[in-house]
Amino acid sequence: MRDGLVEVLDSRLALQARLSHGMPVLEIEAPRLGEVVRVLRDELGFDMLLDVTAVDWPGQAPRFELVWHFFATRDCQRLRLKTRVPEEAPEVDSLVAWYGAAAFMERECHDMFGIRFRGNADLRPILLYEGFVGHPLRKDYDKHHEQPLVPYRDSAPQGRQGGQP
Amino acid sequence: MNGPASRATIPIATAGAPPKNPVFDVFTTKKDEIVGWARKFSLFPYPFVTACCGMEFMSVSSTIYDTDRFGAALPRFTPRQSDLMMVVGTITHKQAPVLLRIYEQMCEPKWVMAFGVCATSGGFYDNYAVLQGIDKVIPVDIYVPGCPPRPEMVIDAIMQLQERIANDHHVIVKGEF
Amino acid sequence: MNGPVVSPIANPVRSAIAPSRDDDGRLVVNIGPSHPATHGTVQIITELDGEKVLRADVHCGYLHRGFEKECEAHTWHNLIPYVDRLNYCSALINDFAYCGAVETMMGIELTPRTRMLRTLLSEYSRIADHVTCIAAGLMELGAMTAFLYLMTLRDYIYEHLADLTGARVTYSYGRIGGLARDLPAGWLKRLDEVLDEYETYIGRIHGLVDRNRIFIDRMRRVGVLTREQAISYGCTGPMLRSTGVARDIRKDTPYLAYADLDFEVPTGILGDNYDRYVVRMREMDESVHMIRQCVDLLPEGPINVDDPRCVLPEKTLVYREIESLINHFKLIIDGPRVPAGEVYYSQEGANGELGFYLVSTGEGQPWRVHCRAPSFVHMGVTHLMLQGGQLADVVPTFGSINMIGGECDR
Repeated sequence: MRDGLVEVLDSRLALQARLSHGMPVLEIEAPRLGEVVRVLRDELGFDMLLDVTAVDWPGQAPRFELVWHFFATRDCQRLRLKTRVPEEAPEVDSLVAWYGAAAFMERECHDMFGIRFRGNADLRPILLYEGFVGHPLRKDYDKHHEQPLVPYRDSAPQGRQGGQP
Repeated sequence: MNGPASRATIPIATAGAPPKNPVFDVFTTKKDEIVGWARKFSLFPYPFVTACCGMEFMSVSSTIYDTDRFGAALPRFTPRQSDLMMVVGTITHKQAPVLLRIYEQMCEPKWVMAFGVCATSGGFYDNYAVLQGIDKVIPVDIYVPGCPPRPEMVIDAIMQLQERIANDHHVIVKGEF
Repeated sequence: MNGPVVSPIANPVRSAIAPSRDDDGRLVVNIGPSHPATHGTVQIITELDGEKVLRADVHCGYLHRGFEKECEAHTWHNLIPYVDRLNYCSALINDFAYCGAVETMMGIELTPRTRMLRTLLSEYSRIADHVTCIAAGLMELGAMTAFLYLMTLRDYIYEHLADLTGARVTYSYGRIGGLARDLPAGWLKRLDEVLDEYETYIGRIHGLVDRNRIFIDRMRRVGVLTREQAISYGCTGPMLRSTGVARDIRKDTPYLAYADLDFEVPTGILGDNYDRYVVRMREMDESVHMIRQCVDLLPEGPINVDDPRCVLPEKTLVYREIESLINHFKLIIDGPRVPAGEVYYSQEGANGELGFYLVSTGEGQPWRVHCRAPSFVHMGVTHLMLQGGQLADVVPTFGSINMIGGECDR
């Protein structure tokens, strides 16, 4: 791990990083996101966004936990950033202006959890399809609830003539 | 949905119900044998490849297992020129309209092979995203289980399908002409 | 005569590019998703001016199989086959990355033999993946001979891995705390033979392709990715290394037995398709070199750690002792109990940084499994690589990205 990283994070951002299996983790309030990411990218060298994802904690308030992973190419340091957003207003600022990688990752997060990223103009479904209702990775979405696009035919085995329907 | 599966056809042999003539029967039997032989040994697959089974499809088409021996190697990557659609890999609900459209773009006669358990029944992906078997949207002629199936299983499936094609009744001109 | 039955299909995606009209001088062409060059699961809607691609709108997700949701319904062990089918070209790397993540959470230290075997098999899988990528890429350019040579080589690798694991493509060989079984007799001897076959076949590919005028014309300065774009868009693996950035997890933050091995990290210059081809070819050579070192350094010993929290007890003991029976029962029915917490663990997959973010609540089933898939991230930069090129360049560029559908769409 980079020498003095925890101290710099404390002095520069007033954040106590805890360690998760060797990786520093910062937990912030959602409004601070822009400020923190600017410092991470421009001053501390975290020039690559590895991953944006979310975790659903139904029964806890705020319900959704957003997780970002950053990587510094100059010394291979990784860092995790977490925040929480409530169920009634699952919104957070987008990082699309800072990292090109955020575009697709935020689309996926929106598809799966319904998190809205302010500033990302393109939140079309990426893994799901137009017309899909709901957000599958939420714990209250039933795994087996399919939403087929093509009406089903009668799939009982039929004696088909050569090549004919 | 009342799609291709329920279209009725009238074979020429029974249109107007002429009296059964043994000479005519010999003619149609020989015609079926010849056409069946030609069709079974010149299958043009359309490899609708999506997932891991694609790796085994590449292997079965290559030198060690070689579907070319059966006349079924040359893939036509357009449905207009192919007669065997091999659905190789998982079909999701997002992909299902595409699958149906490609099937409808193929001309008669056409056959469908469900390659792998995902195409057969959804495999072990029993969830919101995966179509639980392609026979829910298109008719299937032969199902090849396996995750992924060994190339020998695929060749066995092609041979069984060829057996079926050889023994089929091949109507050249349909009654609804 | 009845007209053709046209099924009223719903359009699964919404394009960012409006369809062309007669008077605006541009043509909007849809490529895929059922297309050999896009590996059957990616749709690229291109806006063309003649043959030049003005804009490209890349749609993935046609192979989204609900991996992450499926994982939440299985025990930590049971979901190993799902993990296999992420990057199905190099399935062993996925197995080991996932098992490594769980082992990190449980604080398990692997046995020396397993560390070395996992390293060896990861490199073996990497060779299979790069062979597939290069074979498919060359076939799409029309080089059928190269494809058949490489497929023959890959079949030898598959049969050899089937001797070890029982399966050719998706192995489910990794276990939390070790491996499913040890090497059978004669496996290492056959490994030597396969590596010699590798030298023969790859030598032929070099001869056919490396200085081939047509290949160079089609791949040099095509699909260029700049260093800044690669870093901003989160590219890792051969994509990033082809732009000249020498970042490789195996070298930077070594895991498994990579710290004990001697190898180089090849990088490119321009970030074009030719560089990615060369980087992959050189990486395969380095992998063979690493495998040979692993065989020499391979220690004897057990392959599973002696930890009843996750390793199934010996079958003979299960039938004789009540403690082993209960242990076996709990591990199968409830799953291994992983301490509550979270981890992000990544390994160098064939396409780049393959990461697993796992969240546990202390149960035998995970609360959240997230796979950081390099192919998905690379799809985010594909439109930049295609724009400004020709329509015919879409095929080799897309092939050199090595998008694996299972990993991209999860």
